[in-house]
Amino acid sequence: MDAAELRYAKTHEWVSVEGDIATVGITAFAVQLLTDIVYLSLPTVGKSFNPGQAMGEVESVKAVSDIYAPVSGSVVEVNSSLPENLSLLTESPLDKAWIVRLKMRDPAELQGLLSYAEYVKHCDKDGH
Amino acid sequence: MAYLFDTPEQRRVMLDAIGVESVDELFRQIPQDLQLGRELRLPEPMSELALEQEMQQRLGAVSARGVCFLGGGVYDHFIPAVVDEITSRGEFYTAYTPYQAEASQGTLQAFYEYQTLISQLAGMGVSNASLYEGGTAVSEAVFMAMRVNGRHGRVVVAGTVHPEYRQVLETYFSRLGTEIVVIPPEGGVTSLEACRRALDTNTCALVVQQPNFLGCLEDIRGLTESAHAAGALSILAFDPISPGMLKRPGDYGVDIAVAEGQPLGTPLQYGGPLLGIFTCRSEYVRKMPGRLIGKTTDRRGRDCFVLNLQAREQHIRRDKATSNICTNQGLLALRATVFLATVGPRGLRQMATLSHQKARYAASLLTQIPGVSLKFPGPFFREFLLETSMRAEDLLPALSAEGYDVGPAPGRFATAGLAGLERCVLVALTEKRTRQEIEGLAAAMTRVLQRG
Amino acid sequence: MRNPTATKLLFEMSCAGRGTQVFPESDVPEVSGLAAIGAEFLATEPLPLPEIAEPDVVRHFVNLSTLNMSVDSHFYPLGSCTMKYNPKRHERWARLPQAAGSHPYQSEAQIQGLLSVLYELQGMLAEIAGLPGVSLHPAAGAQGEFTALLTAAAYFRDRGEQRTRVLFPASAHGTNPASAALAGFECVQLAGGRDGFVDLDELRAQLDERTAVFMVTNPNTLGLFERDIRQVSELLHSVGGLVYIDGANMNAILGRTRPGDFGGDMMHYNVHKTFTGPHGAGGPGAGPIAVRDFLAPYLPAPVVTWDAARNWYSLSVPEKSIGKVRTFFGNVGILLRGYFYIRTLGGRGLREASENAVLNANYLLSQVKDFLDVPHGDRCMHEFVASARRQKEQTGVTTMDIAKRLLDYGFHAPTVYFPLVVEEALMMEPTETESLQTLNAFAAALRAICSEPADLVRGAPHTTAVCRPDEVNAARKPVLCWSAPEC
Repeated sequence: MDAAELRYAKTHEWVSVEGDIATVGITAFAVQLLTDIVYLSLPTVGKSFNPGQAMGEVESVKAVSDIYAPVSGSVVEVNSSLPENLSLLTESPLDKAWIVRLKMRDPAELQGLLSYAEYVKHCDKDGH
Repeated sequence: MAYLFDTPEQRRVMLDAIGVESVDELFRQIPQDLQLGRELRLPEPMSELALEQEMQQRLGAVSARGVCFLGGGVYDHFIPAVVDEITSRGEFYTAYTPYQAEASQGTLQAFYEYQTLISQLAGMGVSNASLYEGGTAVSEAVFMAMRVNGRHGRVVVAGTVHPEYRQVLETYFSRLGTEIVVIPPEGGVTSLEACRRALDTNTCALVVQQPNFLGCLEDIRGLTESAHAAGALSILAFDPISPGMLKRPGDYGVDIAVAEGQPLGTPLQYGGPLLGIFTCRSEYVRKMPGRLIGKTTDRRGRDCFVLNLQAREQHIRRDKATSNICTNQGLLALRATVFLATVGPRGLRQMATLSHQKARYAASLLTQIPGVSLKFPGPFFREFLLETSMRAEDLLPALSAEGYDVGPAPGRFATAGLAGLERCVLVALTEKRTRQEIEGLAAAMTRVLQRG
Repeated sequence: MRNPTATKLLFEMSCAGRGTQVFPESDVPEVSGLAAIGAEFLATEPLPLPEIAEPDVVRHFVNLSTLNMSVDSHFYPLGSCTMKYNPKRHERWARLPQAAGSHPYQSEAQIQGLLSVLYELQGMLAEIAGLPGVSLHPAAGAQGEFTALLTAAAYFRDRGEQRTRVLFPASAHGTNPASAALAGFECVQLAGGRDGFVDLDELRAQLDERTAVFMVTNPNTLGLFERDIRQVSELLHSVGGLVYIDGANMNAILGRTRPGDFGGDMMHYNVHKTFTGPHGAGGPGAGPIAVRDFLAPYLPAPVVTWDAARNWYSLSVPEKSIGKVRTFFGNVGILLRGYFYIRTLGGRGLREASENAVLNANYLLSQVKDFLDVPHGDRCMHEFVASARRQKEQTGVTTMDIAKRLLDYGFHAPTVYFPLVVEEALMMEPTETESLQTLNAFAAALRAICSEPADLVRGAPHTTAVCRPDEVNAARKPVLCWSAPEC
């Protein structure tokens, strides 16, 4: 997956779109901020979320962070092998470490997300 | 007399290094109008000798106290000398929470051993490193059940659960809109039928106790199955001595088992500090309250122990933490660890069996007294409810005057499920009570009831 | 001397049939005619507990104890925890028979001595706080917070007010938001000013008729006295809210100022900190609370009262009590140690203890500020927060590395990475019971560490039994219980 092609939430989720399906993961930058991730909790298939609502959680030894829905939709698939292979979050954050697939309710919401360039700028600010 | 030792000269050196004239100058951070400007109105300081003499007078006297047949959650059990000796070591009791693993392997390994011993005792997958005491452990268990199944509407509690545990639960949930449904006891136990009626699809958990507050044995397997059939979790408060003789919580298939751990080597201390035991199925571990110690390896591959899964706790997860608990009951957990290591499985079996045999002997003698009977005819473990011809509030002081402390009387708890027990008192036995003491109690009760 | 072979687990030492005879044979006759416990209740297998002979038990735990640092053996400047000397006399007195051996359902007549002491302690804690209503129930500070918030909620409910929000600064202890959430309040965190104090404008903007309580630690977790605490309190009161003082740092201000005098409406004490109940490797503590007169009717039940005419102490239920927050009365064993401490020191001694705690902290600050950043200035109360950000930037040595290296020098580490508002935080609280020599030695060790080769520090500790446990693997695949190896 090409980072430049994706859309991003300020809360460090990336989104890749195919038709009305949004695939969501968390960025390498977020993973680096959290340091070694020890636990990931996933939502159940069928659950729906509004933008900004917490879908799951990532935990490191000393921190915990919510994974927010970047757009509204219902979960059609989760990467159920990911919690057993957490190293993928660092090795392949944009491909093998996808987290959920959402069936979008309103694709227009994608316009509210950041482009790659905007996200990089946002991270510069976030990391001082 | 403060515990200070720097000389005036040394204090001068320190003030100079700081660059101030006086200690008062350091306190200028506090606005002048907020400073007290007088000495606290407290008793004059006292030397060690003088205060010891005073305290011996005020706290040393036990002449008014009788032989202890008191129960209701904490009991007068024997504590082997090893427990006091080990836990009096400053390396244990003057350390704090083992945040720096390398400087705390003693504490960490002992608590890992505690978790294992308690898991073995309860027959449950995992134990935490302690909560405050039995009552708050029940409330924490209900909170955890809500996290596990997402149900918040109702919690069903047997009316035979310790009334103080239920009072704590009411306080803890007073602002959360959760309905607490109490099942009134029938014949001293909880009816499966009434339990099934009370459980609904919003019920997060069923809370029961074994043996229950009235001393009776509940059908925990049936109650647990009812809870599970309704999609609720089964929470059991158990007597930590009972596994020496009775089935363990895990044998009944319960989901969360808690206990007041005081019988495992902690003195009575007027009811605190105690030991909150908290265990559950392994799969719920990330929803647990309280500290957990984990085994791992260090940089050189050596086995060692650390505080584990801290992301559940308040210092990391803050308002979303699994509990607000920080300081726990570490030293009492250590007492339980040393206690269980010392008495072992046979010692615990003996404690349970002796307590039970003595309870049976006491019950058989006491029920021979005219006007005295067991309130409930079913089997009991080490504590039973006696009904007499006298109101409990008259009987208990009269027995104390004879040198025997019995109780509590369930009638003292103005709480649901304990009505109609005004002439009933609990009698509890431990391995410490001798035949002579038991016979003495029977004679005293005979005299008191004859006097009327 | 450490015994390197003695850290096997209890379970690995177990040997079937070994053990110690602790209990006698039964001295009562078997009884028939009473209902017997049915098979459905009886255990079918022996308990899987380990079987160990008493001498091995003793050697095991004594050797484990040598792997700990403790106040009795080491300087332990763990910030926010007040690791002061634990007087040995307290241990002896806490074992006096009426204190150690009283059952909680003992009658009042049998424990008049104990009740009289607890009654006096209520009064002492009220005087030290400047707040008249005291409950001794809470088992620890966090439970004190929770209890006070429920007390406040009952007061608001009585007044017909719907107050839903609890506010606290970002530098708050984690227990503050955790307790507020547990008590059913919405949590609102304030960023606070850059100077480390509550930002009055930020606070003002958040206050309205939904505001229930503002929780603030004073002195705060940066070791600074909240200079605007009076205005904070006035702001809260102007919207009908209350101020809660987290008393974790009371050791700085005993007898110099009182929470009730600087605008607090409720507070908790940490008896194991301020009044030196030993910390017990994690607990027990005691977290009694003190509140204003109008909140006292809502305190948990029971409180100790005294009938002067009969000179009789009894337990009574406050008029509008929130009920019970725990079984029985409180962590009496720890409360008594606090009482012994207050009686030993008296008013003047408590003030001197705080003065020396503040003197020691400021002195230590003066000895480290030339090589460690101290972002919030040259003055502190009883503790201060330094930062190793300079070391991290220049050499890659982090706060954690420095903390671990201190262990090699024979010092316990300060509190690290708290409060969250300071990067690479090292929170140091020397307490009043440490001498000038100890403080000098500690400062010298810190100074030496800051000029040691980075690799040496990053590899620390070198002298402890273990070094840098793998916490990541521990959390990914938790092993929380020993299990028998499969044969």
